[in-house]
Amino acid sequence: MIAQAQLAIPPATMPQSDVLTQPRGAEILIQALVHEGVDAIFGYPGGAVLHIYDELWRARNRITHYLVRHEQGAVHMAEGYARASGRVGVALVTSGPGATNAVTGIANAYMDSTPIVVITGQVPIPLIGTDAFQEVDTIGITRSCVKHNYLVRDVRDLAPVVHEAFHLARTGRPGPIVIDIPKDVSAARASYSRLKNISYPCIDRRSSPDPHVVARAAAAIVQARRPVLYVGGGILNSGAAPALLAFAERLQLPVTPTLMGLDGFPSAHPLCLNMLGMHGTYAANMAVAESDLLIAIGVRFDDRVTGKLATFAPQARVIHIDIDPANVGKNRAPQISLIADARDALCALLEKIESFGQARIDESVSGRAAWWERLRAWQQEQPLRFSGAADHIKPQSVIRELHRLTKGNALLVTDVGQHQMWAAQFYPFQKSRQWITSGGLGAMGFGLPAAIGAQLVRRDEVVVAVVGDGGFQMTNQELATAMQYDLPIKVLIMNNGYLGMVRQWQEMFYERAYSEVDLTVSPDFVKLAEAYGAFGVRATRPEELSDVLAAGLAHKGVAVMDIVVSKEENVFPIIPAGGNSRDMITEG
Amino acid sequence: MRHTLSIVVADQPGELSRIVGLFSARGFNIETVSAGETPDPKWSRVTIVTRGDDRTVEQIVKQCQRLARVREVQDVTMQPHIEREMALIDVAAKPGATRQEVLSLVAVFRAKVVDISESGMIIEASGNKDKVEAFIELLRPIGIRDYTRTGCIAIGRLSRVDSSRAATEEEELSWPVDERATGDVNKPSPSHPFSTG
Ligand SMILES: Cc1ncc(C[n+]2csc(CCOP(=O)(O)OP(=O)(O)O)c2C)c(N)n1
Ligand SMILES: [Mg+2]
Repeated sequence: MIAQAQLAIPPATMPQSDVLTQPRGAEILIQALVHEGVDAIFGYPGGAVLHIYDELWRARNRITHYLVRHEQGAVHMAEGYARASGRVGVALVTSGPGATNAVTGIANAYMDSTPIVVITGQVPIPLIGTDAFQEVDTIGITRSCVKHNYLVRDVRDLAPVVHEAFHLARTGRPGPIVIDIPKDVSAARASYSRLKNISYPCIDRRSSPDPHVVARAAAAIVQARRPVLYVGGGILNSGAAPALLAFAERLQLPVTPTLMGLDGFPSAHPLCLNMLGMHGTYAANMAVAESDLLIAIGVRFDDRVTGKLATFAPQARVIHIDIDPANVGKNRAPQISLIADARDALCALLEKIESFGQARIDESVSGRAAWWERLRAWQQEQPLRFSGAADHIKPQSVIRELHRLTKGNALLVTDVGQHQMWAAQFYPFQKSRQWITSGGLGAMGFGLPAAIGAQLVRRDEVVVAVVGDGGFQMTNQELATAMQYDLPIKVLIMNNGYLGMVRQWQEMFYERAYSEVDLTVSPDFVKLAEAYGAFGVRATRPEELSDVLAAGLAHKGVAVMDIVVSKEENVFPIIPAGGNSRDMITEG
Repeated sequence: MRHTLSIVVADQPGELSRIVGLFSARGFNIETVSAGETPDPKWSRVTIVTRGDDRTVEQIVKQCQRLARVREVQDVTMQPHIEREMALIDVAAKPGATRQEVLSLVAVFRAKVVDISESGMIIEASGNKDKVEAFIELLRPIGIRDYTRTGCIAIGRLSRVDSSRAATEEEELSWPVDERATGDVNKPSPSHPFSTG
């Protein structure tokens, strides 16, 4: 109660002199989180964060803590929360094993530019470096997979560090921030001050698009005969989807999104060539191969997109638009580079292009008629397709059916593997933030907890975790978290009895030597769901699929749909690693 | 090629390893690294010499620039700049002819004897990398027991020398000025290996 009363005092009137009435570090932390608008923390307690958990208990009316079942789950939930809402997600874990368990999630957020703040407990300052109980060098371990991290050595720095951390997490290219708080710092007292002791100006490197570069880019775009818009996660992070749509429509430009950018442009739009890259469409990969101008926005020329870099888009000049200068020129040197936020850049480009006048725009559009003929031909030649089967369920048909039953409105969260690629290929997206997946790190175990975090901010929407039988078993204990907090996610297990994606590579590139990919000994997923108190259903035959999915989706609470699919189905098209569009294999 | 990077970073624990980590993550070897304060004690300057193709180094520069506590990063390689390093060399020069030989080399290189004993002497030498290395090579046959080098530090030139010629002109232009400015007592020797032609 005393602590509550203290927190109620506005920071400015906090008595500075009387040390004992000053809040403890833990309280300052919570206050700072409240100031940042944090309403949810995903976490797991332990010795080094006991003071913080004590304060959280007092502040339970203002911040809800979600007790996870493994720290990896906490971070993935924070990521799901962030990706579904556009806000910063927060996770809290203890020192040592708590921190090491969180590393996969932190690395995942780093690779996919997701804004999260991870608070880790640390042993008291005097014990740091002594191999104390549950001590690890969290700052050192996470250094290469965070945007920034802090070891807070002085309680007076705590509030400013938290505020700076949130600022850094969400500005520029978003990313994870780790705040490591020694136990004695969360116990020490100080007055709450937002700004005191910030000795380093937080350098905000956001720049508005350089008008000269915009002019050059606009001129190149209207002149191009075979342009392609290659767009990625940056579109979502900057909220640029409407600007992208307006831009593409104005000039009738073909659009191909990456795995991370799938929901940045409506999949069923006539301008959309659909996904690019290793498992992208034939049309998208051919378009890029034949393009004379690649307009790359919020992408990083990842190897899963480019294949062999030297032969990627060999005829194209490149305009690369990205907020992070370090992304530009990393893998492919562009002819024009524009360092800017994607939405700002697209708006500036459109404005410039409008200034050219209608006649020039019409001329530009009609000059690409032949290009569109070729694009349409590629689309018709090799559309995404799969053959039906009478006696087993085709995984692609599961996604199609899910799309039909959810009227294309579900928020899809996936794990990593074949099911992820089928979800990417066969569920057309309509709006931003409808698709959450682990792209850069490809971390199995991501799907289920990320769906929980997403469901939290999208309470009234259908959130479906599409997972494999392998990845599901990496984090399925989080079903308990979903149950405990009544977060009614729908888990769709594409149960092929294999580590399918690895099996596919072994089939195609290792002479069918199925080395250690057999998952036939798995639990009964329906019983497992029931053991957690969730609803479980299973489909094994094609004729059951629709009803089983419908039953799972209609269930009010957490549901697990165990869909037993063809065991040896492959994802097509596939461009073997290090190849290019010419090596594309379109069917088995 | 060889690149000299000059980085201004917050003088806080762990910041140097963030920078160095960018190099090791790319499998880049750092030839030398040195750090010290700047006029503003909040910031320190790190000079890193590395070898690598220009594009990769440029990439590291960009990654360095986006570190939250890095204020500026310059690849000074192509700019007019002055580079120096210092070495402390422990030479097994016993009293007698070898010691005289060492002393004459010391004079030629405008180095300094900073410690001396029955068994040898410690010499302080500074200059650019080539000079320090040339000096060490000349001392080697006499008997070097150990040496330690600071690694390069660099600063931009005041006079705007054409950058393409800076590397070759640097020595001729800067040495006499430098030495006087630092109040070096050793007189420039006419037979100085770098002061002529
Ligand atoms: C943590 C982790 N370990 C290993 C891998 C390598 N890997 C990629 S896909 C895959 C198979 C996934 O199997 P499953 O979850 O059943 O999905 P499926 O491919 O069968 O749809 C594996 C092992 C990974 N991506 N992440
Ligand atoms: Mg599987």
